[in-house]
Amino acid sequence: MSSTIQPAETAAASTLITNVEAVRLALHDAMVADERVLILGEDVGVRGNVFLITTGFLEEFGAKRVIDMPLAEASIVGIAVGMAMQGLRPIAEIQFADFIYPAFNQIVGEAAKTRYRSNGDYSCPLVIRTPYGGGVHGALSHSISIEALFYHVPGLKIVAPSTPRDIKGLLTAAIEDPDPVLFLEHKKTYRSVRGDVPEGHFTIPIGKADVKKTGTQATVVSYGYNLHQALDAAAQLETEGISVEVIDLRSIRPMDKTAILTSVRKTRKLLIIHEDNKFGGIGAEISAMVSEEALFDLDAPIRRLCGPDVPAMGYAQPLEEAFMISTERMRAAMQELVQF
Amino acid sequence: MSTTIRMPQLGETVTEGTVARWLKQPGESVEKYEAFVEVSTDKVNAEVPSPVAGTMRELIVSEGETVPTGAPIAIIDEIGAPVEPSRAPAAVLPAAVLQAAASNGHNGVTANGTRVSPAVRRLAREHAVDVAVVSGTGTNGRVTAADIVAAATGTLRTPAPVAAPAPAPAPRAVPADGLIPLTPARRLIARRMVESKQTAPHAWTMVEVDVSNLWAWRLVEKDAFEREHGVKLTLLPFFMFAVAESLRAFPLMNASFHENGIAVHKNVNLGIATATDGDLVVPVVRNAEERSIRGIALAAGALIDKARRGKLVVDDLTGGTFTVNNNGAAGSILSAPILVPGQAGIATMEAVVKRPVVRNDAIAIRSIMNVCLSLDHRVVDGSIASGFLADLKKRLEAMGPSGAL
Amino acid sequence: MAKTVTARAALDRGGLTDDQLIAMLWNMLLQRQLDNRGFQLNRQGKIPFALGSEGHEALQAGAAMAFARGVDILVPYYRDLGLVLGVGITPLDLLTNMFAREADLSGGRQFPNHYTARDRGVVSISSIIAAHCTHAAGIAYALTYTGESGRAVLCTTGEGSTSQGEWHEAINFSAIHKLPIVFLVENNGWAISTPQSAQMAIRDVADKASGYGLPGMICDGTDPVATYRTMKVAMERARSGGGPTLVEAKCYRFLSHSTDDDDRVYRDRETLAEQRADDPLPKYERVLLEAGIIDDAGLTAMKADVLKQTNTATDEAEALPYPSVDDMTTHVYAGAAYEPWLE
Repeated sequence: MSSTIQPAETAAASTLITNVEAVRLALHDAMVADERVLILGEDVGVRGNVFLITTGFLEEFGAKRVIDMPLAEASIVGIAVGMAMQGLRPIAEIQFADFIYPAFNQIVGEAAKTRYRSNGDYSCPLVIRTPYGGGVHGALSHSISIEALFYHVPGLKIVAPSTPRDIKGLLTAAIEDPDPVLFLEHKKTYRSVRGDVPEGHFTIPIGKADVKKTGTQATVVSYGYNLHQALDAAAQLETEGISVEVIDLRSIRPMDKTAILTSVRKTRKLLIIHEDNKFGGIGAEISAMVSEEALFDLDAPIRRLCGPDVPAMGYAQPLEEAFMISTERMRAAMQELVQF
Repeated sequence: MSTTIRMPQLGETVTEGTVARWLKQPGESVEKYEAFVEVSTDKVNAEVPSPVAGTMRELIVSEGETVPTGAPIAIIDEIGAPVEPSRAPAAVLPAAVLQAAASNGHNGVTANGTRVSPAVRRLAREHAVDVAVVSGTGTNGRVTAADIVAAATGTLRTPAPVAAPAPAPAPRAVPADGLIPLTPARRLIARRMVESKQTAPHAWTMVEVDVSNLWAWRLVEKDAFEREHGVKLTLLPFFMFAVAESLRAFPLMNASFHENGIAVHKNVNLGIATATDGDLVVPVVRNAEERSIRGIALAAGALIDKARRGKLVVDDLTGGTFTVNNNGAAGSILSAPILVPGQAGIATMEAVVKRPVVRNDAIAIRSIMNVCLSLDHRVVDGSIASGFLADLKKRLEAMGPSGAL
Repeated sequence: MAKTVTARAALDRGGLTDDQLIAMLWNMLLQRQLDNRGFQLNRQGKIPFALGSEGHEALQAGAAMAFARGVDILVPYYRDLGLVLGVGITPLDLLTNMFAREADLSGGRQFPNHYTARDRGVVSISSIIAAHCTHAAGIAYALTYTGESGRAVLCTTGEGSTSQGEWHEAINFSAIHKLPIVFLVENNGWAISTPQSAQMAIRDVADKASGYGLPGMICDGTDPVATYRTMKVAMERARSGGGPTLVEAKCYRFLSHSTDDDDRVYRDRETLAEQRADDPLPKYERVLLEAGIIDDAGLTAMKADVLKQTNTATDEAEALPYPSVDDMTTHVYAGAAYEPWLE
């Protein structure tokens, strides 16, 4: 599946690139613009990252700024925390989101709490970026979604942009943010999603969602790979006269309350789609908020279309397909909701 | 894995139940907590929710059959909970509700039995649209927010809905010729009527009551009452209030005959004979002696509404100590009611009729209502009964616009 | 008189002046006094919690003397009461922290002995054992990022921390990149109730260093001058680009782990009594007295002054207000906004 997203406004000059190229571009531009920025992770130097994101960076910026770290996720983040506390702007890479668990304390117990526990004396301007998500035969340890584990934590910011323009703008914003940001990249969209990215420096504010398609009969909130599928499904329904609004969440913490409520008050129906397990997934928080704030605008129960509550998608094709949400299931869910 | 479902105990002293109607047939899927059978005891159609999710395998008991509490009645094959995201729920109430006449959306139920969403409820209120008259275009005929908006912006404009209790339903169609099979309810009514007549020697008496002032009082109160409570104010709550007071003065009328003594009941629990869809139920307003007219009106209204929607539960129907019957609503001026087994009296309100009467040696036109009383002559003699009725008449005639609800 | 001159000549002063030797004594006395004060306040019911560092005084005074204020950076652990005093944290800072007042360095948010003072090079830590070690390595990396030298990071832990995976990750990374950092292990033989023999199979923590390619040094943590001497070598090596060092200083822990611990359950009194006989504080007092660096009157005056300063700080801290609840939502992020839902 491939989709081309046209940004709402196109800058004077822009290039058509893929999601993974947008990550590279944001990293490169930040390294050029700010000497304090450095990249550390496994295989980011000589290998240029397992997705070739940092190819050539070692030569261009030197070993001091592009560090091939020992195989130890806890210290990839822990050492980056120290660097950030001392005034650098480290971008720590966890090679696959499935490997992030050893770094959990450093992210949740240390980075997220540095500013608060020191009463503002120290801060932690750290970016942790990692590829997540399935549909690539990744099975137990190369397919996981992790946002639900972390979005609960005050002091942390989390973004998960789905298009090249959003990736460029939000990764730049994350690197420039004075607080720790977990930057999630859906690996299935790396090369399959292409879009225009304005040239030059620009940021997108963390915490703002984006209405990728306007509609009137139901609101769909999604992100990641699912976002593109949702747009496909909505486009199909449009040809049948069914009008669905699709919001790209983009930012998971903080999350855009205004965008969601404005849309729900218009359409009165809400469908949340996320690949991550349903129980305790971010759809639960969105549902709770909308119930609290817009109960009397709802013309149907809030629906969540999510991954099943099993530990991971299996390696076998049918198992993976059963876990991932198909575009057809999304289309059916949207239609059913509109007709409710 | 299959689960055997057993006859539940509906009501404290109940020892058996009758399967009134199967809501699921073998092969049909059943959700956990979904009603799968209607069981009747004491004229209550109680829906039984399934304890498991699965497929109905076998119906052990046939419709109309009575079995003891705890006896197996069905088998359901359980299935694991589906991993799929939940279906959009279409809240469909069982058929018993669908049989009742349309009640308005104020109670959250529309004509075809589906619930209204918060948005529909709010929009209906804001646009003064009666949900009950809007035809729904949503799933299973649900009235959607869009339907309300369309109705509001269309030519159709209905007045603000008043939450009146459901009107009396039309009686079931009777075939011109042939056999009407007995429903469990009808069977039960028949049994209890025979039991009552064969056990208690019925005696009968009546008084004429001048309800002119009472009627005037009602007229003064009824509009405000309806606006405030959404319930119609009839003569019934006034009557029940007076009956409760008279029963306190004549406690033998509030008693039961037993072989080892006459049980006098401290509380006055007034049953209201109510017709529903070819059936007869007697929901009970408990502790009527402690309630005001307003309180009785609201309690009675709620019960009658529940009765007409088939939503009475066992606790609504038990514990009565005396029964009233608003027979006059249909125009009757005299009736000889049959006692509810275990009670010593049943009083009727007959039609209110303007009649010429003699007052202070002159002819006056007054509103007259006959009050009839059947009594259990084992418990009560004529003098008590007459005294009770005289007391009741005095109280009713003393009620007027200066009173407090 | 002659004896004193001889003693003075024989005194191993590690290159320190009289004033510096006395400063270390002062630090030790102050540490002991403030340490006790914490326990006293807790037993009075005035503060909920205190951690004792009795037995560590010589070690921490010696290490502090090797620390260059305004230049080096300290990433301490929770038993470094004397060490933080030695690098610029004041008695009032300590008491304010114990009383959890608003003026506390962390605004009353952090547990006792968790300090933060960027202006004095003291780094904020959590209570997760050894989680600060990788921070220390990252800070050391940042110190050399622009090619500078002359600054070092001092990262302290107990011997229990050296079981944590991240401690190993930190010294490993430090050795690979020859970072300007000293990992000082204050080995007092106990991690709450766990004796060293249950914590590791070896006797000297310093032996862990060679496996990672950095030098390991051992010193007597009950002798401030000996500790200073070793720490000076290690810190100088770090500052001059010589890479990291693992220093193990052996000392005692005379008290229970904290006011919530009772070591009578797991530690025998005879051994403790033997160790008490080797108390580093009176031992160092004797050394200085014999060498004539101080006299009895001077020592008495010092102790009185220490007590006075402690009392003043106690009274002053106790009178300060608690933090305002209104401040609860500050510093979650930069700026005032903290809510997870953006309006």
